[in-house]
Amino acid sequence: MNDHAAAVITHEGLGGLIAGLRAEGFRVIGPRLRDQAIVYDDIESVADLPAGWTDEQEGGHYRVRRREDAALFGYNVGPHAWKRFLHPPLLRLWRAERSADGMTVTATSEPAERYAFLAVRSCELHAIAIQDRVFLQGPYVDPHYKARREGAFIVAVNCGQAGGTCFCTSMNTGPKAEEGFDLSLTELLGDRHEFLVEVGSERGAALLAAVPHRPAERQDAAQAANAVARAEGNMGRHMRSDDVRELLLANLEHPRWDDVAERCLTCGNCTMVCPTCFCTAVEDENDLAGNAAERKRRWDSCFTMDFSYIHGGSVRSSGRSRYRQWMTHKLANWVDQFGTSGCVGCGRCITWCPVGIDITEEVRAIRGEGGSDGRA
Amino acid sequence: MRKPKLAVWKFASCDGCQLSLLDCEDELLAVAGAVEIAYFPEATRGVVRGPYDVSLVEGSVTTPHDAERLHTVRRQSRTLITIGACATAGGIQALRNFKDVREFTQAVYARPDFIDTLATSTPIKAHVNVDFELHGCPINKHQLLEVLAAFLNARKPNTPSHSVCVECKLRGTACVLVRGIPCLGPVTHAGCGAICPAYNRGCYGCFGPMETPNAPSLSRKLAACGMGERDLQRVYSTFNVGELPFREEAARHGS
Ligand code: SF4
Ligand code: SF4
Ligand code: SF4
Repeated sequence: MNDHAAAVITHEGLGGLIAGLRAEGFRVIGPRLRDQAIVYDDIESVADLPAGWTDEQEGGHYRVRRREDAALFGYNVGPHAWKRFLHPPLLRLWRAERSADGMTVTATSEPAERYAFLAVRSCELHAIAIQDRVFLQGPYVDPHYKARREGAFIVAVNCGQAGGTCFCTSMNTGPKAEEGFDLSLTELLGDRHEFLVEVGSERGAALLAAVPHRPAERQDAAQAANAVARAEGNMGRHMRSDDVRELLLANLEHPRWDDVAERCLTCGNCTMVCPTCFCTAVEDENDLAGNAAERKRRWDSCFTMDFSYIHGGSVRSSGRSRYRQWMTHKLANWVDQFGTSGCVGCGRCITWCPVGIDITEEVRAIRGEGGSDGRA
Repeated sequence: MRKPKLAVWKFASCDGCQLSLLDCEDELLAVAGAVEIAYFPEATRGVVRGPYDVSLVEGSVTTPHDAERLHTVRRQSRTLITIGACATAGGIQALRNFKDVREFTQAVYARPDFIDTLATSTPIKAHVNVDFELHGCPINKHQLLEVLAAFLNARKPNTPSHSVCVECKLRGTACVLVRGIPCLGPVTHAGCGAICPAYNRGCYGCFGPMETPNAPSLSRKLAACGMGERDLQRVYSTFNVGELPFREEAARHGS
């Protein structure tokens, strides 16, 4: 990918990276402990990172826990995805006002700030790449996504452990970050708490050069490879993915859809937390006097009735048809539409489904492999 | 152009929803500019005679007299919008529907024979045609303004009927239910902006059932969070117990 050798930095170097990004005018977003969860929010210094915290994840279950060490990145993906920033949940598109000679329409200007994302996991890099395809690489480019995505600086982190609902190895999306970052870190925990840094771009190299670092030695690389191997070895979930498109499309009337409908709340949480789901609804509003109007865009979900509403009613009124729409789009039709699966195996839809509906379990059931019913 | 005439009516209720209109503070002048407040006893003694372009109706029907009065309100109103859980679902007072009201009046009043009340508390739609229902206990003032702005400008109001969960996710709250705190959000109609989970509390279901609630599935999760049968019965037996999905789920649980 490039000729830059790997380096090793300490907390001081990491602090330097954050400060350097801020000095260059980036708004640095990274992991923080808030409301007993590890969320993505503004980061000013290393002190903001969730040192010594991890998370425990299962279907419909999330708890933060203390670690025995002071790892900064010793957790797995949480309730937020980077799409919160690249594809905001709520966006005013334009505002119109009556004027003496008719109407003035003002489009919302795109933010001038550039993002730097700190601690992006490999599955998340893949999710961003998928949204890039959806928003940037088709015939219709989304200008709002483009403005936020272009110039965004990405610092990846390789996972040193997998979460209880992770299955990136099944989807070939991790746990090692291979591309799509400016810098990539691997946390080296031991007597010396350090970070192996790999360089993914020229601006990444320039940033690294400006902070204290030492060249990586063989044992550093070996320790980093061990950490990634550990994550690879303890995936909480697995899903056979090579034939899943054909499997689902051949089973559109499988009785399992009724079974999942009995559990599914049609709450929409799975789509909201999924880092690749991109659907939005557009709403128009006006003031009481009818002198000003606004058009807003907000995240929508294929689990709502409005989503498939056409004249006369909703096309997908049953929970069965909505769950089936979601899962077959994600794992099958997405492939035809965008040339890639819509799932990166991050496990968020499993953890944040209030009743723990597990996409890997549902695939197994349709495959006829039984197992638990995933009930909460 | 004549300003549309607005009337605000009260039936059996606590007044909280009407107060949401007065609570609009910053927007109150805009409301007064857009409509003629023609009948609103909570705010003004002045009464402009009907008919009215928009009537906001708060409260449920609990007396024979109110049942009559509601018809006169409907006759005078071009558009009738119910506001709040009492008017749309019967309110907390609909708990009487499952008990013997005569027993209550005998226990509470010295002269129960003076009390002229119905055996049930019923929503406005059980009596007259309703043009739009705004949910909530109390309603959300931003939604009230949205509904008024929509009706005054002849468009559909944006008051989605999906779960509260969607609002939680829009604001970035880490789900409390998945963190072990019982929450009714998945079966509850959006509209409040998911306030309670943002303060680390579960949703109480103030806005009533969402469009396609699956309460039995949620109850299994709530039981796993430690709620007993009696708690499950109670959690669905509040302001919106008059709505079928909550009433049925309450009935499935008990001691
Ligand atoms: S479908 Fe689930 S596991 Fe796959 S990317 Fe979306 S949230 Fe992650
Ligand atoms: S699968 Fe889970 S998160 Fe998704 S809509 Fe159904 S209950 Fe909600
Ligand atoms: S906190 Fe409650 S309302 Fe919010 S997402 Fe979780 S279950 Fe839904």
